Amino acid sequence: MHRMRAAAAAVALTALAATAACGGGTPTGGGAGDESPKTLTYWASNQGPSIEADKEILTPELKKFEQQTGIKVELEVVPWADLLNRILAATTSGQGPDVLNIGNTWSASLQATGALLPWDAQNFAKIGGRDRFVESALASAGAPGKDPAAVPLYSMAYALYYNKKMFADAGIGKPPATWDELVAAGKTLSKDGKWALGVEGSNLSNNIHQVFVLAKQHGADFFDASGEPDFTSDGAVAAVKQYVGFMAEHKIVAPGNAEYAQNQSLQDFANDKTAMILWQTAATTLASHGMKPDEWGIAPVPVPSGTPGTGQNVNSMVAGINMAVFKNTDNLDGALRFVKFMTSDEEQKILNKTYGSIPPVKSAQQDPAFDSPDLAVLRDTLATSAAPLPQVPAESQFETAVGTAVKELFADAAAGRPITTELVRERLTKAQQQMP
Amino acid sequence: MSSPASARRSPSAPPRSFLWARRVFLTLLAGFVLLPVYVMVSSSLKPLQDVSGRFRWLPSGLTIRPYFDIWQTVPLARYFANSLIVAGAATVCSVAIAVFAAYAVSRYRFPGKRIFTVTVLSTQMFPGILFLLPLFLIYVNIGNATGIALYGSRGGLILTYLTFSLPFSIWMLIGYFESIPRALDEAAAVDGSGPVGTLFRIVIPAAIPGIVAVAVYAFMTAWGEVLFASIMTNDTTRTLSVGLQGYATQNDVYWNQVMAASLVVSVPVVAGFLLLQRYLVTGLTAGAVK
Amino acid sequence: MTIATEGHAPPARPARPGGAGGRRGGAPRLPARLRRLGLPYLLLLPAVLLELLVHLVPMLIGIMMSFKELTQFYIRDWGSAPWRGLENYRVSIDLNAPVGQDLLNSFLVTCAFSLLAVGLCWLLGTTAAIFMQEDFRGRGLLRAVFLTPYALPVYAAVITWAFMFQRDNGMVNHVLHDQLGLTGERPFWLLGGNSFAALAVVAVWKTWPFAFLIVMAALQNIPRELYEAASIDGAGIWQQIRKITLPSLRPINQVLVLVLFLWTFNDFNTPYLLFGEAAPASANLISVHIYQSSFVTWNFGTGSAMSVLLLLFLLVVTAAYLLATSRGRKTADV
Repeated sequence: MHRMRAAAAAVALTALAATAACGGGTPTGGGAGDESPKTLTYWASNQGPSIEADKEILTPELKKFEQQTGIKVELEVVPWADLLNRILAATTSGQGPDVLNIGNTWSASLQATGALLPWDAQNFAKIGGRDRFVESALASAGAPGKDPAAVPLYSMAYALYYNKKMFADAGIGKPPATWDELVAAGKTLSKDGKWALGVEGSNLSNNIHQVFVLAKQHGADFFDASGEPDFTSDGAVAAVKQYVGFMAEHKIVAPGNAEYAQNQSLQDFANDKTAMILWQTAATTLASHGMKPDEWGIAPVPVPSGTPGTGQNVNSMVAGINMAVFKNTDNLDGALRFVKFMTSDEEQKILNKTYGSIPPVKSAQQDPAFDSPDLAVLRDTLATSAAPLPQVPAESQFETAVGTAVKELFADAAAGRPITTELVRERLTKAQQQMP
Repeated sequence: MSSPASARRSPSAPPRSFLWARRVFLTLLAGFVLLPVYVMVSSSLKPLQDVSGRFRWLPSGLTIRPYFDIWQTVPLARYFANSLIVAGAATVCSVAIAVFAAYAVSRYRFPGKRIFTVTVLSTQMFPGILFLLPLFLIYVNIGNATGIALYGSRGGLILTYLTFSLPFSIWMLIGYFESIPRALDEAAAVDGSGPVGTLFRIVIPAAIPGIVAVAVYAFMTAWGEVLFASIMTNDTTRTLSVGLQGYATQNDVYWNQVMAASLVVSVPVVAGFLLLQRYLVTGLTAGAVK
Repeated sequence: MTIATEGHAPPARPARPGGAGGRRGGAPRLPARLRRLGLPYLLLLPAVLLELLVHLVPMLIGIMMSFKELTQFYIRDWGSAPWRGLENYRVSIDLNAPVGQDLLNSFLVTCAFSLLAVGLCWLLGTTAAIFMQEDFRGRGLLRAVFLTPYALPVYAAVITWAFMFQRDNGMVNHVLHDQLGLTGERPFWLLGGNSFAALAVVAVWKTWPFAFLIVMAALQNIPRELYEAASIDGAGIWQQIRKITLPSLRPINQVLVLVLFLWTFNDFNTPYLLFGEAAPASANLISVHIYQSSFVTWNFGTGSAMSVLLLLFLLVVTAAYLLATSRGRKTADV
């Protein structure tokens, strides 16, 4: 019967080997829950040209923090493709980082989960007070009337990038300030296989950012005061129709743009195929596609009439990154100190300069580094004419539903189908029915 | 492409119709397979601003820079090592466990056998989405209770992937094992071989092609998985399939580098296939058995 | 050669290796018998444990989730999420509302896609394997070439295809429009109706090498004598393929086709990487649809309910398939 035993031993061994080899892997950076108070886990978002570049940028700053406080920060730069799912997983399990970056449009959704530390007066006091931050940036850190779920870290805004050479060739002296001017210039520019404006028709978030601003200009919002979806108001329908109309009606957008979702419109812009794009912080990307900084100009996004301002002259969403503290952290004090460090004037200047963004901290914004013509446009937009996307828990559903509707309308426009008010209203009605 | 004397199927030379059909079919198929590979190679040799331009069969302005840049943009070497460790370990464990299970099913009658095979097969139907979060939660709880870090570690990933490939491996191996004549087992038993001896001396050697096929399958399952890897790994344990997405950043997609990196990491795998394919075509009929 | 469910196991088993002891010694002692009885279970143990941990228990939790209201307000503490009874299911299959209509559309698209893709994968894989059964110059190299799509990381493969399918700059339109002049207007491949074809091409390209691999291995187990005998009887090569090769492949095909079907049906990576979060309606595969319903819109309860419905459907299909193919084979074997 020794063979039996041999069999048993063999099986047991395999099982053991399997569980040992497979189960007992190297335990690596866990996060909250099992860390010592002398360390923090920080999930940074990808802001620079690559993940490795982000690490190189952030590591010296984290070293500085360690020298000041003795707290070691374990950095992980999480790619955008994974960030939200990683946060969701962390939220469901309670096993997450201590401090993390979030896209500011997620603020209200994540706030609703209760996984993030609310920034009440007491917590704000520990990082120097609420007043240090620009109000519009704070307004995009959580639902109105509630303590913010995060604090602003980097701010960005949309601007009109225009190709100076193409403008000069077409005899257009200055960038358009109103949509009528943009369309008029567009008709001159769109010829010989070149096009006036680039859009990312299959990029849901980008579609949302654009139609949100246009809706504001038509005096409409996608959510009413009580936070209920209201996608089919005349203003919202007109906004979507106007945006898709650049391709469908005015024909100043190349039909091929309907399928763009990976910043191909920036590549076209850099390759002199399109004359204008509406974008946030495009400089590094344009440079990596071989464009020289003096080849493009930057101007505020057009408005219906007059100059950018508040109300119906809003011309950008408040784009940016917020920094949040995971409620389950066992090193709350350290986490707050870290947020304070990252939002300090000095770090704000260093980091925002590197990333080409604008500091949401008022005192840091005054640094002359942010006075360059490019950044001044962004800074002024943020200060005077930017509005936060709806801060409602259902924001991500909104982006999916309405973003998809716009994408489908672009597909229709590219196929040559007329984009009528009825069609737009029908698509938006369907989008609204998909909301919870 | 004449048929050599070692033809396996028939001693007489195949007719022209067969040879022509084969030639045409295999050529077209090779074209279909290689077309994207060609696009990858040619794109990987262009500077970034040229990649996005209109497609041309013969690229102008070749550069090998992307092949150097790939190592700086993302920690490719680490991701590659992680993938090799994870896929390798998952393959070894999966094949070993599947061989035992398939042997039990193909050579024994026992109560519960049917339930086992049917249940195992049915796990192939689970949509990954359904148990992604529950599995994550289980791993975290095991971690909290026992201190074994499954979440975020390579171990957790290995465990997951080896189980993903188990059902199909077991079913395929049952099929392959059943096709091995029982007479061989009997002969071994008469020679005094126990069940395990029979397995190792008779069944496994005879089923090498099947086992190799299953191993390749198990390896590729682990090698290519994206969804689970995207939330169960962190920076140090991230695998290639997820890590490659690092070439697409918020503002830029480094097309040329993605292609270059994919080619670089695939070369060892294809080379492995080349080495292994010898075993895919040896086996029962080619072996000593007559 | 059967798939070992007891129902259609061969009626007569010559000898079980485990029975050898009985033949050699006298009457087996009880503990030995117990051990012998236990051996198959012992052999299965690791597999069972792993399946429980990674597949079955999480699935049970998943089923439980489908009865709860798991929106972002509750995901932090699942236990406290309110029960919703069958409400999630009702929403999913309510054909008068957009959610139900979209799910049905997605389901039908997935069915059509799976049938097409599995058929093509199987056909290409089997044909190639049979053609390459005999040795010829360059066979080894060709085999490696054919396995290449399988070796490339999914992400790279799919975005390469997406790159080729671009309307303005892609290779597909360059060939079809610029070089062959087959289309008047440059067609979109990643938007609208054509996206179904694009998805099918990518899925087949990526998956057929697997069918090739499995069939190739299975061909090795067909005894050479069968071919020799047939050849002596005067059967030509086409007849040999029809009479010997294909019938011998049947058991492997049974599993292969089923597994290909299940994978294609549940495939997430290909459509997700090809189209992003919002696939065009004609290529909106159910896995992406469910992903969108749970992860993107943070409603894990409804997403789980949809998954469970999908699971039930696949269970029924699989059971019917196994019954049909097994019965077919039994009569064929007789």
